[in-house]
Amino acid sequence: MHHLDIRNVRSAYGKTEVLSDVSLTVDPGQVVALVGPSGSGKSTLLRVLMGLNPPTAGEIHLDGERIDYQRKASVRAARDRMAIVFQQYNLFQNMDVMGNVTVAPVKIKGRNRREVEDEAGRLLAKVGLSDKHKAFPDQLSGGQQQRVAIARALALKPEILLLDEVTSALDPELVNEVLDTIRALVADGMTMLIVSHEMGFVREVADTVVMMDKGQVVEMGAPKEIIDAANTQRARDFFGKILRH
Amino acid sequence: MLERLANEIPRFFSGNNMILLLEAAGTTLLMTFLGCVIGFFIAFNLVYMRQTPGVFAAPLRLVAISYIEVFRRIPFLVIIYLVLFLIQAFVSNASLFSIAVIAICIYATAYTAEIIRGGFESVPRQQVEAATVMNFSRWQTLWNVIVPQAWPVIIPPAIAFMISFIKDTALVSQVGVFELTFRAKELNNQGYSGILVFGTIAFAYFTMSYPLTRFGQWLEARLASPGHQKRP
Repeated sequence: MHHLDIRNVRSAYGKTEVLSDVSLTVDPGQVVALVGPSGSGKSTLLRVLMGLNPPTAGEIHLDGERIDYQRKASVRAARDRMAIVFQQYNLFQNMDVMGNVTVAPVKIKGRNRREVEDEAGRLLAKVGLSDKHKAFPDQLSGGQQQRVAIARALALKPEILLLDEVTSALDPELVNEVLDTIRALVADGMTMLIVSHEMGFVREVADTVVMMDKGQVVEMGAPKEIIDAANTQRARDFFGKILRH
Repeated sequence: MLERLANEIPRFFSGNNMILLLEAAGTTLLMTFLGCVIGFFIAFNLVYMRQTPGVFAAPLRLVAISYIEVFRRIPFLVIIYLVLFLIQAFVSNASLFSIAVIAICIYATAYTAEIIRGGFESVPRQQVEAATVMNFSRWQTLWNVIVPQAWPVIIPPAIAFMISFIKDTALVSQVGVFELTFRAKELNNQGYSGILVFGTIAFAYFTMSYPLTRFGQWLEARLASPGHQKRP
């Protein structure tokens, strides 16, 4: 039994099918990287997992239990176990850093505020932002905001962390500080499903690389096999193009 | 004519007349304030109803949208008469003041609902998604994320609306509420010069609106940056 098991999932925006038959699995402690051209459905897959886009077919299982996206309770239970970090960070603009990290554990999960704030302090130290507790999002750089977003997701104690192109919106010189934060999570054994265009990073941290195109999985395997020695012409074209830079 | 005016001025600005006009100005302010504030709260709920998703909420959405669209397209004066005759049909001794407040409320609800909706929609969808994936309920998202970000957008036009309404309430003099314009007509009928009487209440309307306008501008400047209220 896999930790996360995605079986033949489809999803559509209106009449346009964005995911057509995607299957993949994630096991505990694994890092699975979704790669592929823009519009290939990578982000949509993460959104489907979090219940932001409804799947139109297929099944998603967490530890063998099917998530029923028609049922609120089932989706809420799934959201308790998975957390997502968005490309644009999406920090709450009306809350300071500490507020962003603690609001859900305190107000939604009803945990003790002191305890949560202690924990948030440790998480913010981990992402290198101990001195920014009282800063508002618009006072932070993109890299700092993204690290707050990662701390906010970790404060929910997810079993699986979903990262949706978390460095794509950042200035080049800020990318590394965020990648370092993710490296530290990998070292901790965090289970992750990440969408990324940073091929060097994917090669370094991923256990499995899933190449997607036009809403389908084209190839799947260890980074070496997929990135350096792809079987399909489509994958070779894609990696050839982005690795040339 | 100037001579006549000069003779009338001391008599017009007598204690009695001034108390009458001050009371009337108070009535004008009070009914505007009550109608707009109550209207604001009803409008808030209408917008919440209107934005409730799902098939089962369709009747709620229909009610909210119909209300907003219909009452914004009826002249205020017509609403006043409609409320007057409807209420008098059921409650024969209803006070004119409460009828005026209800009419203002009906009208203010429809207009402020659009202001509130604009404020809610100014908050980026991604903010709501971030809350959704952390299991915020709709109500929790509204109070923790949307309202704190939307109110700087909502409050200035809502205040501007209320201020402009201070003037528009002159229309309720048509049904005989003892507000400013009605009293002016009375004094005019008593023989005071129309120029004097209406000149005076014009000044009164101005002195009620202007400070509030400045207050609104001050508030708008203060609200311009998000998170300002907690910043050192």
